Amino acid sequence: MAQTSNVFKLAVASGKGGTGKTLLSTNLASFVSEFDDVLLVDLDVEEPNDSIFVKGLVSDVHPQYKMVPQWDVARCDLCGDCVDICNFNALVNVGKMIVVYENLCHSCHACSELCHKKALPMKKHHVGDVSVIKSQNLTLLEGRLNVNEEQPVALINNVHSLVNQNWSKYQIFDSPPGTSCSMVASTGKCDYILLVTEPTPFGLNDLKLAVDAAKLMKRPFGVVINKYGSGNKDVEEYCRDNGIEVLGKIPFDISIAERYSKGELLLDKHCFRSVVSSLYNKLENIRISQNG
Amino acid sequence: MKILFTSTGSEWSSKIDPRFGRAEYLLIYDTEKDELISTDNRSVNGKAHGAGTATAQKVFDLSPDVIITGNGPGENAARVLQHLNPKIFIDAQGLSVKDAYEKYSAGDLSQLPLS
Amino acid sequence: MDSIREIVVLSGKGGTGKTSVASSLAYLAGKEAILADCDVDASNLHLIMGPDIIKKELFYGGEVAQIDIETCIQCGKCKEVCRFDAISFSAGVHTIDNLSCEGCGYCSRVCPTGAITMMPRLSGEFYISGIRNGSQMSHAKLFAGGENSGKLVATVKKNAYRMAKERGCDYLITDGAPGIGCPVVSSLSGAKVALLVTEPTMSALHDLKRVLFVVRRFNAIPLLVINKSDINEAVSEEIKIFAKSEKIEHLADIPFNTAFVESMGKARIVAEENQFLKGIFESVWEKAKEVADSSVQN
Repeated sequence: MAQTSNVFKLAVASGKGGTGKTLLSTNLASFVSEFDDVLLVDLDVEEPNDSIFVKGLVSDVHPQYKMVPQWDVARCDLCGDCVDICNFNALVNVGKMIVVYENLCHSCHACSELCHKKALPMKKHHVGDVSVIKSQNLTLLEGRLNVNEEQPVALINNVHSLVNQNWSKYQIFDSPPGTSCSMVASTGKCDYILLVTEPTPFGLNDLKLAVDAAKLMKRPFGVVINKYGSGNKDVEEYCRDNGIEVLGKIPFDISIAERYSKGELLLDKHCFRSVVSSLYNKLENIRISQNG
Repeated sequence: MKILFTSTGSEWSSKIDPRFGRAEYLLIYDTEKDELISTDNRSVNGKAHGAGTATAQKVFDLSPDVIITGNGPGENAARVLQHLNPKIFIDAQGLSVKDAYEKYSAGDLSQLPLS
Repeated sequence: MDSIREIVVLSGKGGTGKTSVASSLAYLAGKEAILADCDVDASNLHLIMGPDIIKKELFYGGEVAQIDIETCIQCGKCKEVCRFDAISFSAGVHTIDNLSCEGCGYCSRVCPTGAITMMPRLSGEFYISGIRNGSQMSHAKLFAGGENSGKLVATVKKNAYRMAKERGCDYLITDGAPGIGCPVVSSLSGAKVALLVTEPTMSALHDLKRVLFVVRRFNAIPLLVINKSDINEAVSEEIKIFAKSEKIEHLADIPFNTAFVESMGKARIVAEENQFLKGIFESVWEKAKEVADSSVQN
């Protein structure tokens, strides 16, 4: 097996939820960890599930923050300019104070920096945590958004910065479903995007949207078809007709669903392991050709 | 006394808008002057976030004593309204502004406690 | 009863069967209910309901900054203030990356020549359509990379309420978004019942607990359906125990059924295709209506 001396950022994404991103991310990471160091990053910060499958010790928990304005009663003259400046309606003037809505704030700093009285200094607002879980060669970084927070993007960006500062090895990013801002924030900085789909009309519909997103971000991408053998052949045909590489086909097998439901990895199951192994080899070729 | 209605139009005959944050119009009835003034709130839909807070700011600036609406303000708007302390009456959806006013006057609308 | 009672279908985890349930309930409700697809990020309900689009409108979500190259003096003040790395400077020119721009407007405020304008950002489309059960559906498409702030969801809901009013429908069935973010919050606004659809996996139970926190912030009464209930009896039991401790009424178990999988494979309504499953959905719909009705009478 090749040594991974260069950083390779692999994003695992999909349009549709429930296609098997976590199934694939956790098992691929586990496979790589059999012979090399690997970093698995759970960026589905609204509903992170990787830690169910990767059993290890939590070595650290890093609280994560976004900057939000804090109203300074002593300095403010209640001119209300900040309310007009904020494009996200995160500030309201109630006559005797300025109310700050941290959940709506996008941390642009405009209100704080443009306030002529400097009455809105920025302070840290806790949005979630990053836990570091170690299981031999596999390190899992789990991003978890606090339940009362509504915006995942700030936390996702924080996790990416944390990764860049501290790790330089094979990196797998388990991304949230969909094709909107969270998915873009998760996958936009990666070297390759693996799109996991299922052979149904929904899988195909959402795959096309995910392909649009990958192209918008100018990221190279390929497809893995999960639950292969069920549904129809439309996804396969679509990939063939559009020159999209299918890097793996995970068979539709109720025992896979059963094992997954218990929170178990599946590398001891031969037909599953061979798909992961072959996928890894193809990804290695991609990684090497990207570095060349 | 000033009464504010969340409305889908600018007339007495317009239907009450059940939504607070994204109410299309804010109608203020001044009981002393017997005047109905309408504020077009549809621009609040031009912003991605914080319709509740933007509307709450407008409502605060209009400073009504009573608010008559449908579902009641969401948590973002409620936080602002605490500073105004109006009496809030809900479940007026389906009624015209006129009928809602009549029901309120007869004491037939449920009031929301602002805790 | 004057007011429209909304039932929103949520799950926390994606792929548990929200869309299958929502479409089956809509099929049973017929003209009694309007259907709203609030899962706007990669939405699927339209694939099953076969909508005939009556009205289509462009959706603008938030704003994006635009630099007028004629007026720009390349001073770089905009780049200094941008917190989102959305402004780059290369070959003597400052340019804005639309994907990274969050539309805060800070750059436009500091530009000394007024070269930056904040433009409405085209993020998707929304539709009002006729569906084959004789009723109508409010739905939307969020373009790839679009900001999923909940605003498009709010637009879909607003239209749905208006449609329900115009057609004299008593109920609104909303297919909600996965996760716990803004779109979910927006899906819950005004709803009387939150029908939670889950599956007996560790992941789904974990996600169910998190979405419940969000549901509790609203007045919606949570009800539970366990889909694919027999793939793991132990986790199924755990979910039921959890529901009981949270005082969430468990409405039904839908056993894993190849008919279900086949219907989804052909993008057909499960309740329409299979009598046994139809029976289960019928009891779910009756109960959901009952709970929604009683919540308004109080």
